[in-house]
Amino acid sequence: MNFPSKLIENAVNEISRLPGIGKKTALRLVLHLLKQKENTTIELADSLIALRTKVRYCQVCHNVAEGEICDICKSHRRDKSIICVVEDLPDVMAIENTGQFQGLYHILGGVISPIQGVGPDDLKIESLIKRVFESQSSGEAVQEVILALPATMEGDTTAFFITRRLKETGIKVSTIARGIPVGGELEYTDEVTLGRSILTRVNYSLD
Amino acid sequence: MYLKNLRLHQFKNYQKADLDFSREINCLLGINGSGKTNLLDAIHYLCLTKSAFQSMDNLNVLHGGEFFTLSGEFDLEGKNWEIRLVVENGKKKQLLRQGKPVEKMSEHIGLLPIVLIAPDDTMLIKDGSEERRRFFDGMICQVNHEYLEKLMRYQHFLKQRNALLKQFAERGNWKPAYLEPYDREIVSLSKYIAGVRSDFLLEFQPKLLEFYRFISDAQEPVGVSYESDCMEENFMESFGQCLQKDIATRRTNMGIHKDDFLFSINDFKIKNFGSQGQQKSYVIALKLAQFQILNQQKGTKPLLLLDDIFDKLDDKRIGKLMELVADRQFGQLFITDARPERSRQILSGMKETDVRFFTIEKGKVAAVAQ
Repeated sequence: MNFPSKLIENAVNEISRLPGIGKKTALRLVLHLLKQKENTTIELADSLIALRTKVRYCQVCHNVAEGEICDICKSHRRDKSIICVVEDLPDVMAIENTGQFQGLYHILGGVISPIQGVGPDDLKIESLIKRVFESQSSGEAVQEVILALPATMEGDTTAFFITRRLKETGIKVSTIARGIPVGGELEYTDEVTLGRSILTRVNYSLD
Repeated sequence: MYLKNLRLHQFKNYQKADLDFSREINCLLGINGSGKTNLLDAIHYLCLTKSAFQSMDNLNVLHGGEFFTLSGEFDLEGKNWEIRLVVENGKKKQLLRQGKPVEKMSEHIGLLPIVLIAPDDTMLIKDGSEERRRFFDGMICQVNHEYLEKLMRYQHFLKQRNALLKQFAERGNWKPAYLEPYDREIVSLSKYIAGVRSDFLLEFQPKLLEFYRFISDAQEPVGVSYESDCMEENFMESFGQCLQKDIATRRTNMGIHKDDFLFSINDFKIKNFGSQGQQKSYVIALKLAQFQILNQQKGTKPLLLLDDIFDKLDDKRIGKLMELVADRQFGQLFITDARPERSRQILSGMKETDVRFFTIEKGKVAAVAQ
């Protein structure tokens, strides 16, 4: 692609490095910015610089934070006896949006997959174990760890590994249920999911 | 079951081709290198989502092309199935059934049963155990979907475990506890897979013997037995004891990926003690037994592809095969031959059978004759 100016070319090249954006889309964005007021671009650039230089990761749960500890870990309204373990940031946002969970999180930063070069040491697993152990000598002991990991072979492997490591702490380890989506029809559900939902059926409650 | 038509676009040496088949016998004639076997491979692709000869999909694209597409209409016990396969460089292979994309290729395997008899089948006897496992696994997967799922799961965990063993060596950091999640899956899946393989042979063995005797007109006993450590009571312990070796070799040394199927004649290994003729009869019997198993379990006759069979077999064995054809033991048949007059002569004896001859020249279907 030939550009009329080196400035445009540089901007297009930088923007097209982002996932899901090709050269054409990048050019469209660049031309769009040129048509807007100068401030629009300056504010965008400032916010990106602030994002990259000011964002920290929570020392407890590895969520994004502005200080050393994230808002969820700091909050007095959250139940500190229960930790939900997730693969990455978007999972925290998804669970927060359900409004069904009041405990704390622990973000692993991935799942175990040696083929992709990710071993247990590359994830925040040891920090979870340490966190649970340390809580037991404090006043706010963790009672339960919920594993909310992807329903893939790698997710299962990671869940098994964490459960094995947590065994000596003696706390309860649970995993989120897998089954038919709400509003879903049985006949359109894949066999593996349907089979598993029958194996892990729950008692019907009249309350 | 039969294939009504086949369309190829930029597949191997075909720019474009369009064929309407007989539901009985189809004979593909042409000199060596004209592209007869490629047509059989296209059919294989549509049934099993992969080539019978070349495991890299993009190497099957016409030279200089970016993609290939194959499509065909099958009749499966009265129901019409439109299958289309698209392979494009740098993209995921796509299979469409009745116009809708199939998400997992494995879902398609088993719908359209197929058996291929090819000149290099004696590799099954001569080569290493991998060929034999591939043959039996391919057959079991067509009739048992749970087996297919578990086998894929096994292969995935095995790859992960081997990658971890390599990582140990590279990082100089040995943590056997990290292997545990994989060991557990590999052991339990091995037990399941070995159990299914061994049960399957009980059913397969008598059919093999029956066809061998028919093809060879001989009475010597032939057999196939399954050799595996995975069904032992203490397999879990033996697997664990292998750890030092696994670490040293950086791969997994026990499990169903090490199993073998032993082919025997008169209780001796056919590889070492069978004559050329006995070996040829044996592999044909293997394939015919496969045909019968698929026929019984699927409730439909698989497509039968005979690649260059007249050239590689002697008149006696060809005569035997043709007896089965005349006896209507098979469904739709595809035969390739480099010598048209020979095929016409052999097939001229087929009365009241719809035989269609296709002449292939340099990636083009040049002529069709009844």
